[in-house]
Amino acid sequence: MRKRLLWATAAVLLLLLLGACSSDATQSTLDPQGPYAQKLKDLFVPVFWVAVGVFILVEGGIVWLAIRYRHRKGRDRIPAQIHGNTRLEIGWTIAPALVLAAVMVPTVATIWELAAAPPKDALHVEVRGLQWWWDFQYTDADMQTSFGDRLPIRVADVLVIPVDRVVSLSLLGAGGDITGPEPADADHEVIHSFWIPELAGKQDVVPGRTNHILMQADHPGTYEGQCAEFCGLQHGRMIARVVALSADDWEAWVANQKRPAATPTDPLARQGMDLFLGQLSGGRGSCVNCHAVGGTSAASQAAPELTHFADPTHECFAGCDWDTVDRKALEAWLRNPGAVKFGAKMPNYHLRPDEIEALMAYLYSLR
Amino acid sequence: MATVTTTTRRREGILRRPTATTGFTSWFTTIDHKKIGILYGATAFVFFLVGGLEALLIRVQLAEPNGTLLNPAQYNQIFTMHGITMIFLFVMPMAAAFFNYFIPLMIGARDVAFPRLNAYSYWVFLLGGLFLYSSFFLGGAPNCGWFCYAPNSTTDPSIGPSFYAIGLIITGIASTAGAVNLAVTVINLRAPGMSLFRLPVFVWMGLVVQLLLAFSLPIITVALFQLLFDREFGTHFYDPTAGGDPVLWQQLFWLFGHPEVYVLILPAFGIFSEVLPVFSRKPLFGYQFVVFSGIAIGFIGFGVWAHHMFAVGLGPVANTAFGITTAIIAIPTGVKIFNWMGTMHRGDIRFTTAMLFTIGGIAMFVIGGLSGVTHAIVPSDYQQTDTYYIVAHFHYVIFGGGVFAFFSALFYWWPKVFGRTLSERLGIAEFVLMLIGFNLTFGPMHILGLEGMIRRTYTYPDSLGLTMWNQVATVGAFLIALSILVFIVNLVVTYVKPRPSAAEVADPWDARTLEWLTTSPPPVYNFEEIPTVHALDEFWHRKYVEDERTGRLVPAQAGAAEAHDDGHAGGHAIHMPSPSFWPLVAALGMPLIGYGVLFSWWLVGLGVIVALTGFYGWALEPSVAED
Repeated sequence: MRKRLLWATAAVLLLLLLGACSSDATQSTLDPQGPYAQKLKDLFVPVFWVAVGVFILVEGGIVWLAIRYRHRKGRDRIPAQIHGNTRLEIGWTIAPALVLAAVMVPTVATIWELAAAPPKDALHVEVRGLQWWWDFQYTDADMQTSFGDRLPIRVADVLVIPVDRVVSLSLLGAGGDITGPEPADADHEVIHSFWIPELAGKQDVVPGRTNHILMQADHPGTYEGQCAEFCGLQHGRMIARVVALSADDWEAWVANQKRPAATPTDPLARQGMDLFLGQLSGGRGSCVNCHAVGGTSAASQAAPELTHFADPTHECFAGCDWDTVDRKALEAWLRNPGAVKFGAKMPNYHLRPDEIEALMAYLYSLR
Repeated sequence: MATVTTTTRRREGILRRPTATTGFTSWFTTIDHKKIGILYGATAFVFFLVGGLEALLIRVQLAEPNGTLLNPAQYNQIFTMHGITMIFLFVMPMAAAFFNYFIPLMIGARDVAFPRLNAYSYWVFLLGGLFLYSSFFLGGAPNCGWFCYAPNSTTDPSIGPSFYAIGLIITGIASTAGAVNLAVTVINLRAPGMSLFRLPVFVWMGLVVQLLLAFSLPIITVALFQLLFDREFGTHFYDPTAGGDPVLWQQLFWLFGHPEVYVLILPAFGIFSEVLPVFSRKPLFGYQFVVFSGIAIGFIGFGVWAHHMFAVGLGPVANTAFGITTAIIAIPTGVKIFNWMGTMHRGDIRFTTAMLFTIGGIAMFVIGGLSGVTHAIVPSDYQQTDTYYIVAHFHYVIFGGGVFAFFSALFYWWPKVFGRTLSERLGIAEFVLMLIGFNLTFGPMHILGLEGMIRRTYTYPDSLGLTMWNQVATVGAFLIALSILVFIVNLVVTYVKPRPSAAEVADPWDARTLEWLTTSPPPVYNFEEIPTVHALDEFWHRKYVEDERTGRLVPAQAGAAEAHDDGHAGGHAIHMPSPSFWPLVAALGMPLIGYGVLFSWWLVGLGVIVALTGFYGWALEPSVAED
């Protein structure tokens, strides 16, 4: 029995250690890719090892006591009835207090460090969480688009940032100090939590409030994340992604984003554009009721921005559930969103195969 | 068993009190704290099995990426009901079962202070639980998590969150009434000489739990009414577009929710503190330290709630303050573990099933405690909150601590309650299976959380690299299920065997506290004569005396204990309150009112009439039985 106890505790310890080093996990908190996430890991790891020390001491002590003072057959002596030892007990009250005090010092320092104002050259992005996708708007003065009302550059699902620059995210819940036009059903929006583990800790997106996250990526690449606060049916598939670009790529990306959507020359894509901007036959509604495409009459911000839908950085769509280049996924989504994503807010427009083909051609032309 | 005078022959028609104390119908009219304790325990165990099945559904769904066993709507109902069931319908009532049964016995009382209120508490709890589960057939179960955050809960178009609000208001009534009852019992009904510092630690923890409930339940009740009003009557308490604040819900919920965590774990601390001394044959090391740390936990427990909300954006001042209080509460919790180790030190440890579950439970709780301390590291919590790391943490606390403690208590007290001893062989098998299964299930969840797996998700893509540990966790969950199956087999085996003699179950563990002074199972009136208490561990001191020559403990001479008869032998002339069916009637009104709010207003009227009838009958029935 005692051996089994020992075995089990050793197994738990081993599990923890294994987990700490082995990893094919792609959104791991243990694999920070920027200074802000690194700060959090630098705080966690020493505390973890302190905890491991206490764990070995206490669990080892329990197992040792159990073995050392086990009942032995034939011995029927009643052990001395010791009621306590005040000095000892005061000692083991103070000892953990000291350990905890030592741990809390860097903790409090880091809380305030992370709450500091962003540096002057930080990139500012407003983040909105909606059921079940992410909306990003670049609010710096040099990030205005060149078309229409010169609104901020706006993208969905994938947040694009430059490397080696602090990004200051403002997380806006519906009803907060939203500067742009509000999404249509913002009144019924719920709490989300924006989380890219490899770049920063999470913060909730609370209706009526504005929260802040500072993040920075050290290397170009793709960083996975997810909504971390339960937000209804598709909480589990409200994915976000950050693509960090090198300085040159970033400039090119910004320049492209400022441009309106190109008018397609391909006839099928033209047909798709007409479908998109017009009314679907039979009173089925219209794409423009919810979606915006820069430089066209489509300007609603209720659903993901599609101006540069097929830009290579827009790697995934519809809550980042599918790769944008996956034609089959896009086709299935257009055919019936609810069938591939239970509860999806985009209605089924009963699009005919030829309509889907045309719309896909249009969407893929939006680079 | 002696006949007890609980009858009345006054003819007052419907107000006549029922008399039967045995038989099937007596279970519906009983106001005996022991029978009510058994009812609580049996009901809680059934809910435990149901909640466990829900857990298995969750684990099967998550065994593979993109699981398809449940769709998101079903999954959200299942994980919500799993949490609600395990917290409100299993751990709390199971603790209530033990408190109900043993607090009067351990303090030398004949019953609780308000026996009919006790029955009322039980029936309201049962009906509240059934009300919650009826939602599956009436439009959908609660789907908003046990935390049910607004505005997701207020705007959800399904009926689930309304069932949640009303169901928890109903079970909250049960808990509030029970809390007041047991607190008054401990304060007022102690036997002569049973001073507060001679109370068994289990009773102390019981008292702290009841006070925590009495002060925290009103908070959640207010919050639940506001939630219900937002949903059903168009108020805007949590609606940010009309001046409300969703964070208000979180503040109220966790101001209840964190004391609630201690409501769930302090009973376990009490059980550990009873079982360890018995099977180490030593008194609890540092009784006063353990008691005062329990009280300290009760107080500090009201000052740590915002550590559930570090990512909400309360600002660095609040996060600093609650980080520090969270670290502080770890101290009185840690002290207890050292005291338990001190109890084992130089003891004569016997590895019965009860003792194994206690040692195992403490060992598992230590892990939950250590991961809990990491939550006080606020910035690191920005990464861990709302991930499986948290799921791992609180299961190590509530399952590793709480459930292990319950099984320890079941094996320890079974002979006292039922006059039969559970099979030790099967008990040990159950323990080993559960220990391994538990660690396989919840150990990997630490890793999953750190590797970025969010909580409350019905699925995960293969690309996140989370598959392997999820599979391990699912295997572990089935091992736990197997261990529970072994326990059920144990019950069957125990009841197939012939009933042991009264002497065999009188004091099978060489126990220390008063409940073992009376017969097993105890008579309705508990003690023929209310014992006079001279010491902590009174029963032990009646059995063993110090040898004057050697200074060692030796068994007391038979008959040395006073055995004088004050005329109560065989229960003669002990007045016990008569059974009553009014608590059940009054309780039946509650779910009717609940259904009425959701479906039809005339049901509310009917419910009010039923409840008032119950209360009037209760108030007007003859209170004292005639001889």
